[in-house]
Amino acid sequence: MSLTRILASAVVALGMAGAAVAEDKTKVGFIYVGPIGDGGWTYEHDQGRLAVEEHFGDKVETVFQESVPEGADAERAITQMALQGADLIFTTSFGYMDSTINVASKFPDVKFEHATGFKTADNVSVYSARFYEGRAIQGHIAGKMTKSNVIGYIASFPIPEVIRGINAAYIHAKAVNPDVEFKVIWVYTWFDPPKEADAATALIDQGADVILQHTDSTAPQAAAEKAGVISFGQASDMSEYAPLPRVSSIIDNWAPYYVARTQAVIDGSWESTETWDGIAPGMVEIGAISEAVPAEIKAEALAMKDLIASGQYHPFTGPLNKQDGTPWLAEGEVADDGTLLGMDFYVEGLTAEIPQ
Amino acid sequence: MDLSSINPTLLLASLIVASTPILLAALGELVVERAGVLNLGVEGMMITGAICGFAIAVNTGSPFVGFIAAALGGAALAFLFAILTQFALANQVASGLALTLFGLGLSALLGQGYQGLKPPPTSDIDIPILSDLPILGPVLFSHDPMVYLALSLVAAVWFVLNRTRAGLILRAVGENHGAAHALGYKVIRIRILAILFGGACAGLGGAYLSLVRVPQWTEGMTAGSGWIALALVVFASWKAGRVLLGAWLFGGISVLQLNLQAAGVAIPVEYLSMSPYLITILVLVIMSADKSRAPGSLGRTFHASD
Repeated sequence: MSLTRILASAVVALGMAGAAVAEDKTKVGFIYVGPIGDGGWTYEHDQGRLAVEEHFGDKVETVFQESVPEGADAERAITQMALQGADLIFTTSFGYMDSTINVASKFPDVKFEHATGFKTADNVSVYSARFYEGRAIQGHIAGKMTKSNVIGYIASFPIPEVIRGINAAYIHAKAVNPDVEFKVIWVYTWFDPPKEADAATALIDQGADVILQHTDSTAPQAAAEKAGVISFGQASDMSEYAPLPRVSSIIDNWAPYYVARTQAVIDGSWESTETWDGIAPGMVEIGAISEAVPAEIKAEALAMKDLIASGQYHPFTGPLNKQDGTPWLAEGEVADDGTLLGMDFYVEGLTAEIPQ
Repeated sequence: MDLSSINPTLLLASLIVASTPILLAALGELVVERAGVLNLGVEGMMITGAICGFAIAVNTGSPFVGFIAAALGGAALAFLFAILTQFALANQVASGLALTLFGLGLSALLGQGYQGLKPPPTSDIDIPILSDLPILGPVLFSHDPMVYLALSLVAAVWFVLNRTRAGLILRAVGENHGAAHALGYKVIRIRILAILFGGACAGLGGAYLSLVRVPQWTEGMTAGSGWIALALVVFASWKAGRVLLGAWLFGGISVLQLNLQAAGVAIPVEYLSMSPYLITILVLVIMSADKSRAPGSLGRTFHASD
């Protein structure tokens, strides 16, 4: 046997040994829609990933890919991750839904988890948080805090999750301030700092003194700070803007879920599930309410949070009409999850139309 | 619908801010192309300027120093392009595209650790008396210094190109580098200077995004502004005044569509979102009736042996 052949087989043997060692680790992959430093949505998912690493130590290896565009690129990125031997892949944006399902059908042994979607398969779970519970509380604070009675809302895409958030915030702002008016701008992006900043400026120019957002960067906070109006942290605490303009925030806490699901894969007990958790189990958190908010409003907001957490209050409780005036929920009636998940209408009082 | 809630004064003021980055970048590219060089790396130079300016401004606490660093960063990247195309005689189109990719990667690398930070504020200059004028005051006289620098650069570039000997030489090099060389002008040297100027302007445009308009650092935050700047130069048929017009038009429509949405106008949002691009194409078609054409030597490689 020549020296080269000995060397070559040694290399092959080493490679196999290396692969065998790697087999022992559970590999968990994450596909992100923005950069992990966005300070919002993707940042919090990455905090969840780090929590998985922390919890399992050497037993788990995590990989991630940032700024993956929704669409054909997503399918390529997810496939790549599956080919690299990931056992469990979290795809963390609504727009990855079809890509996830497509890739999952080609890799039956890999488990997939899609955030905020509704399509499942034997190896695809979906999970999301009841952000609307947090938005109801923000709406309450916004309605109490506004002086111009104009509240600006930066919306991303016209999907149920975003529409639900607008409705939840509006209902609770209106409840405490009948004169309140919502102005909504659709920016058609989850993450485009210059555009988000321009949208915030346009809303402020038109009289909004409170900005709510459903996009991922902190650019609206910076614009709000410059104009002296208030805003709310979205997905992440964004506490670098406290006490003003950011007066509170909705925080997504994915860590416990990610740890639990990774554990399930390690145990072999993983099954396709549909998870939709809110304030009660801690998937949605309310960031500290800053001292810019008067004590009594803060107390009301926290009381509402407790009622939601204990299940005594549901943010979508009748009487509520749809935008065109048709009755939706009767007095005391609570919206069912099916309607909420497919929500494609504004409630009565919101002006303008939802883009189709 | 409530159009009265759109304040035309504020609209004009924010369109000037929104158009400044592409105005700066396009103005630099105009000079480069007038010298006969096609540099498609504007996006890369902008994003490099954005991170250089941001990092230095955060570390020194001075946005002014940040902008200088951004200009130097953009020029440094442009120098790479100059070496490739003027000495190594590489293809300009390929080098420019490579420059964009390189700049995007480099800026992401340099930007590690700068995400989520706030830059020192660039203060607006309130010119006494003038800024108190109704309408004109807020629109024209209450911006940050970079807005005025960009506007004076438009005037300066126009003046130098059309009214000075240096401008005449630069244009001669761009129109016919062989003839300019025969007359004894240093074609390569003039082109390198133009490329460096273009890089510095693009860098300033990028820093305007990261220090004033957004203001924060995020990977890929130029989001295609560099390509719009490139299109703007053609749109303006290589004339400085029209670059300003084009930048305002594009910035204006982007800002207007957001304002129309906020006012609840019942036009489908998708149409509003694509309107800046549609109108840019439309005006491009109308302006192409103008017979001014691209510099004769644009994109052609020069070697003294020709």
